[in-house]
Amino acid sequence: MSVFAFYLFAISAISGGLFTVVSRQPVHSVLWLILAFISSAGLFVLLGAEFVAMLLVIVYVGAVAVLFLFVVMMLDVDFAELKAEMARYMPLALLIALVILMQFVIAFGSWESAEAVAQNLSQPVPEGRHNTEALGLIIYDQYFLLFQLAGLILLVAMIGAIVLTLRHRQDVKRQDILAQIYRDPATAMELKDIKPGQGL
Amino acid sequence: MADFFNTPGGIAVIILAQTLAVVAFVMISLLFLVYGDRKIWAAVQMRRGPNVVGLFGLLQTVADALKYVVKEVVIPAGSDRTVFIMAPITSFVLAMIAWAVIPFSDTWVLSNINVAILYVFAVSSLEVYGVIMGGWASNSKYPFLGSLRSAAQMISYEVSIGLIIIGVILSTGSMNFGDIVRAQDGNAGLFNWYWLPHFPMVFLFFISALAETNRPPFDLPEAESELVAGYQVEYSSTPFLLFMAGEYIAIFLMCALTSLLFFGGWLSPIPFLPDSPLWMVAKMAFFFFLFAMVKAITPRYRYDQLMRLGWKVFLPFSLVWVVFVAFAARFDWFWGAFARWSTGG
Repeated sequence: MSVFAFYLFAISAISGGLFTVVSRQPVHSVLWLILAFISSAGLFVLLGAEFVAMLLVIVYVGAVAVLFLFVVMMLDVDFAELKAEMARYMPLALLIALVILMQFVIAFGSWESAEAVAQNLSQPVPEGRHNTEALGLIIYDQYFLLFQLAGLILLVAMIGAIVLTLRHRQDVKRQDILAQIYRDPATAMELKDIKPGQGL
Repeated sequence: MADFFNTPGGIAVIILAQTLAVVAFVMISLLFLVYGDRKIWAAVQMRRGPNVVGLFGLLQTVADALKYVVKEVVIPAGSDRTVFIMAPITSFVLAMIAWAVIPFSDTWVLSNINVAILYVFAVSSLEVYGVIMGGWASNSKYPFLGSLRSAAQMISYEVSIGLIIIGVILSTGSMNFGDIVRAQDGNAGLFNWYWLPHFPMVFLFFISALAETNRPPFDLPEAESELVAGYQVEYSSTPFLLFMAGEYIAIFLMCALTSLLFFGGWLSPIPFLPDSPLWMVAKMAFFFFLFAMVKAITPRYRYDQLMRLGWKVFLPFSLVWVVFVAFAARFDWFWGAFARWSTGG
């Protein structure tokens, strides 16, 4: 049963990735990419890593891919032109791909797992613990400093993005909610007694 | 016969039957929710509402659904056909599959998984795709604008919903709905539930749920005075019905979530009455009534006000609340009201 599920998710992940690249319409590419993400989340579930699977769906599909989709939908990119550009650099791209492929082959040829890792390969979740609990223990005990550093890096990136995009325009009228709430009839309204036929 | 239900085939049959039971429950409630929704607005506006088909108009929704199904499906010429058809299906399917982990009693749950609440959160964060795909595939201006608005709105309010849920998870020490409800069990009936310690978050969650499901006063994606009907403009017949049904099922799911997270799910509010799934259904119905009342009595928000409320009010407040709950749970403030994992959860 799980073998069947594995092949289902594996095939849909690979075909999702393939169609992401070959699809002509950029929005379709993003949709295929989402299929690839969800299939890999399915593979995580099969491994017993349900927490990682859910986070993958929430972060990548629920947030990152939505932003991709936004950008792709709004930009009107001429893909014929881009394709023509690409043909010029094809030899270089092929060369890089070949080098990376060779590196993979060399690396995996002499790959040897450490003893503790080799034991965990078939059983990624320790017996008698929830997946989430196990992850929390590792992150907050063993790798606490690294975890905090990762958070700090994200914070810096966030502040950077805000600083880059924050600008104040003087000519735009903004709503000041507090000022509105604290207005009272005495200062906000002025009653005038106007005689008929005269006006202000 | 008993042997048969232990074989893989038998287990598959049981799972199928349970799934059908949940789907049937949701679909039948859907029929009466739409009817109830319309009746409640009608009562607020001193109209009669649907009262022709069936007794008191009870079968009005059935008639409407039949009408939608037998009409012609119109697909605009300039649209992206595949994505156009995929969008309502996505919307409906995503709204349905979240029910797989919703428990109705201690033992009545389709799939009792450890990360249930994350699963619901993940599925509801995917629901935005139905709207975006529908708006884009229609290849028309109003749907596109509506879908962009909706996507921004749903993502914004998901953030604060996530933080509110983290507060509840911190109090319980588990992401399983069963554990969350059991942690609210106690001798004091409804005063044991999370609405009391997490009091302000109940309101924040309810309002965020309104925004997340595009209900008034946050129905900006389909604001008819500005965008005709938002992403649904080009849809007709069954695809429209699917969008509509998906929307209502998502609302009903939010009612279920509110009662599970803050109002003790199937637990009885009065100590000497027995716990039962009926309490769960009653609570869901009550929150749906609140959803309908909000629609009937509030005017629509402006878009910039909506964004301000989400990012500048709800997000900081729920963030501070998470920190507060973390401290309260760790140091057992308020007689351990925030740390239920030690007392019984």
